[in-house]
Amino acid sequence: MIEVENLSLTIHSTPVLQGVSFQIAPGQIVGLAGESGSGKSMTALAMMGLLPPGARATGAIRLVDRELLDLTERQLCAIRGRQIGMIFQEPMTALNPMQTIGAQVAETLVIHDAATRSEALEKARARLDRVGLPADRFPLTRYPHELSGGQRQRVCIAMAIALRPRLLIADEPTTALDVTTQARILDLLAGLVREEGMALMLITHDLAVLSGLAERVAVMQGGRIVEQGPTSAILRRPGHPYTRALIAAATHHPAPGTRAPGAALLEVREARRAYRPAGRGAFTRPAPVRAVDGVSFDLRRGECLGLVGESGSGKSTLARAILGLDPLQGGAIRLDGQRVAAGQPMPHDLRRRMQAVFQDPYGSFNPRHRVGRLIAEPFHLAGRPPDADDRVAEALRAVGLDPDDRNRFIHEFSGGQRQRIAIARALITRPDLIVLDEPVSALDVRVRAQILDLLADLRGRFGLSYLFIGHDLQVVRAIADRVMVMHAGRIVEQGAAEQVLHAPRHPYTRELLAAVPELPAPIA
Amino acid sequence: MLRYALSRLLSLGLSLLVASVVVFAVIEVIPGDPAAFMLGLNATPEAVAALRDDLGLTGSAGLRYLDWAGGMLRGDFGVSYTYRVPVAELLADRLWVSLPLAVYALALSTAIALPAGMWAAARRGGAADIGVMGATQLGIAVPNFWFAMLLVLLFAVNLRWFPAGGFPGWDGGVMAGLKALTLPAIALALPQAAILARVMRSALIETLGQDYIRSARAKGLTRAQAIRRHGVRNALIPVLTILGLQFSFLLAGAIIIENVFYLPGLGRLIFQAITQRDLIVVESVVMLLVFAVICVTFAVDIAYAAVDPRLRRR
Amino acid sequence: MSGRAQLIAGGGLSAAVLAAAALSLVWVPHDVTVLEIGQRLRPPGGAFPLGTDQYGRDLLSMLMVGARVSIAVALVAVGIGIALGVPLGLMAAANRGSWLDEVVMRLNDLIFAFPALVIAILITAVLGPSALNAILAIGIFNIPVFARVARGAALSLWTLDFVLAARLAGKGRLRISAEHILPNIAPLLIVQATIQFSLGILAEAGLSYVGLGAQPPTPSWGRMLAEAQTMIYTAPRLAVLPGLAIVLTVLGLNLLGDGLRDALDPRLRKAAR
Repeated sequence: MIEVENLSLTIHSTPVLQGVSFQIAPGQIVGLAGESGSGKSMTALAMMGLLPPGARATGAIRLVDRELLDLTERQLCAIRGRQIGMIFQEPMTALNPMQTIGAQVAETLVIHDAATRSEALEKARARLDRVGLPADRFPLTRYPHELSGGQRQRVCIAMAIALRPRLLIADEPTTALDVTTQARILDLLAGLVREEGMALMLITHDLAVLSGLAERVAVMQGGRIVEQGPTSAILRRPGHPYTRALIAAATHHPAPGTRAPGAALLEVREARRAYRPAGRGAFTRPAPVRAVDGVSFDLRRGECLGLVGESGSGKSTLARAILGLDPLQGGAIRLDGQRVAAGQPMPHDLRRRMQAVFQDPYGSFNPRHRVGRLIAEPFHLAGRPPDADDRVAEALRAVGLDPDDRNRFIHEFSGGQRQRIAIARALITRPDLIVLDEPVSALDVRVRAQILDLLADLRGRFGLSYLFIGHDLQVVRAIADRVMVMHAGRIVEQGAAEQVLHAPRHPYTRELLAAVPELPAPIA
Repeated sequence: MLRYALSRLLSLGLSLLVASVVVFAVIEVIPGDPAAFMLGLNATPEAVAALRDDLGLTGSAGLRYLDWAGGMLRGDFGVSYTYRVPVAELLADRLWVSLPLAVYALALSTAIALPAGMWAAARRGGAADIGVMGATQLGIAVPNFWFAMLLVLLFAVNLRWFPAGGFPGWDGGVMAGLKALTLPAIALALPQAAILARVMRSALIETLGQDYIRSARAKGLTRAQAIRRHGVRNALIPVLTILGLQFSFLLAGAIIIENVFYLPGLGRLIFQAITQRDLIVVESVVMLLVFAVICVTFAVDIAYAAVDPRLRRR
Repeated sequence: MSGRAQLIAGGGLSAAVLAAAALSLVWVPHDVTVLEIGQRLRPPGGAFPLGTDQYGRDLLSMLMVGARVSIAVALVAVGIGIALGVPLGLMAAANRGSWLDEVVMRLNDLIFAFPALVIAILITAVLGPSALNAILAIGIFNIPVFARVARGAALSLWTLDFVLAARLAGKGRLRISAEHILPNIAPLLIVQATIQFSLGILAEAGLSYVGLGAQPPTPSWGRMLAEAQTMIYTAPRLAVLPGLAIVLTVLGLNLLGDGLRDALDPRLRKAAR
């Protein structure tokens, strides 16, 4: 039905796509997988005729029997939304904040002259019902800011399928969502394909998402399709080395720690913190939200303790309290017996023993300082030692970088290299505990595997203890000895990693596990 | 929405309160004895004492403030020392020149700037954009009172289309009044329009890069439809902010422009009052201007909520 | 106009005005404090390249000294705005949501309720007119401008992880503000300074036009225009030239600001490629 043939694309004469060819049949789900920058999204935008200025496409994109690359802008407008619909990655910003959801769904119908205004609203109602937003809780008069991310993505889907297009393109539709929400949105998409005879092109960086959902998969790297075929064949018997590397990285487990954990290093007792949600004005007083609600646990010396939770579970609030950055309203935190007075200035010696690595490899460094100065910043705590330069060099070597990198600026490094620098900065004070707050979430899967290996290696070499915080069970399971599951401010389950993941006791843990997409076992 | 409006209203009241204390302190407390100041160096002590009595300057500063503020709330601004008439009457007369002038100028500025800014944003990088941006660059650099003089030179002296100055009053008909205000309004409006057009353009360009514009295009909207139906309203928030600020600039700017065109507005009044050391009038005009600015800020806050549903908490 | 062209044109214009103002400190063609009625209203040419005004003063000399007055007033006013506004904005951002933040922001709102001209009127009503009034009035008005810009930019930086990293290195709010926040918002402040500088020139002209700025015999562009107004029928040159001087100065500064913004903002630099 849609056929992309030998599609090549340059943007300002930089090649972006080269010889991309694939087909999608009616009612078929095809996955387009690859890491960031592989050209997946550009392929989709070329099919929509929404390429950025300066782009030149050659080859062919045939929808039924029309050649899309030859159409005028006006003809393309008639095809977008009617023949091909599209949804995007970031549901929080994909809807106009000033317009009701009803108006935005109805607009698809009105624009294509498929209905009068009142008919369009009626149909919009039906489509919103279909995507799981019933009239009693989600009237047409709702505004996007009143909905959660998953609900907004449903509105986007309703908008895209309002006219029952032949093809729906979904560009990383669940990447910004929690894993349980992801599972529901994927179910919804699969159901729509089944019932409406629509074809779906699902773009994702996560091969596991495609397993059991897509009929066919095309794997992209550097603007080319390196391999395509039936999903189960590709995932079980990948032919191309790149696909094999992706799959290996996704299921990678670093070598486990060998030292037996010692006495309790970090003790958290009945930690509590409630927020008032942001609300301006003298008369509005929203109810407080219990972000951390009576959390207690021990982290033993030499241990890697995983903390898993979805967004809003309170895991980051807890991490910031442990690091002493934000205050608690109740409970106590002790590091090696010393009290951590969260939110108050901390004695430098205590501060030195606890460092952190954060999620965003781009915001973690002052762009105006050189790497050497960035890494040496924690020396502020104990005074700059006489061998400071040697220690910076040693830290850089420990994380697999060159000591000469200290003279470069941070923008000269890739995301993975930046996380290595962040780890070097955390190591420089020779701490006991490193809090890792989603340290690999922003990284591509192969780089992620490398960083996990590095963390496991450093832990053994320097006798470190980790509190590893993540939303991704796969990742946490790969590195943690013990796992805690956090939900709505409480630790609902904790235990040895294997036990929690294979024999979960709490219903929420079970739901979480069931939602995680898994790759099929490879065939040797 | 009601809660939002109430909380804004409360902050309006607070601002007025603090502003009035500041004005009162600057005019009546800091100079020491206002009566002596108003009469100048050659005044006899008896005359100063008499004036002090006249002005009600006998009590403590706190009591005098309460008296003054209470009077203003009832519309009683005191009696002008030089004109010997209630200040409220003076203000009312003059306001009928200054307020229409500011509104006229704001309307002109908006009518020119918003379409120009949208046009430039829609044709970003094209000839229209370069033309509009060049014109605004020049417009921002032109002082409005100088522009006013050039307008007089061209339209009043050479072409004789408009009067060079003066104001016939509204009794002679609305058209005659508007005609007298046209050159002053243009002089006020064009430099403001240049700023507003730039704000409109950059706000719209910012908006056009948002994800929801891409969503709209994926639905099949043309670029122009996406701009019209989704871009403009989202770009209005920064534009509203600037519009509010501009109204206060226009009121203040009118003070100067009234001097170019010899218009009997608040601006002329306040300068006459300064030269005659009529502090009561100065104080009242300043309070009136500040009141206007604060009210406009309130109106802008309410307009935000009308435009942006996220501010409309039930 | 491209960022580079703006930078060159704006820098050139600003430098020319600055040079004329600096030159007037040591040399002017004619003394501007001496009135020579015999030389009044000379057309341009000869000893008076731009002619003389109705009191026989050399217009070129007046413009040069006027440039000095304008620049001095605007510069000091911007200095006041930066010196008081930036620390206030930084402190407000460092203590977001605290009483300090609230007080700074409410003070800002309060000053914004008094347009610069109204502040000037208030000061003049009490102290009498002088160039100092203009400086104070424009300077006071600049404080909330810089406080707002600094606070807004600093707030977005405070959410970044490198601030957390600095806190983990034991650094306090003051030190983080000075070491991490200020250098990163400096480009924005520089751009804002050029904008406020050009607005200051305009405001000074307006104030001295209505007699609230520099007092005679010191010439200023605004008062030259006020004096030229009665002569507008007979010698339009007197009204046109000071106005052109203002326009070119402000235009130069604005172009410089735009050019600097493009040159200093890495985000824009990336987008331009």
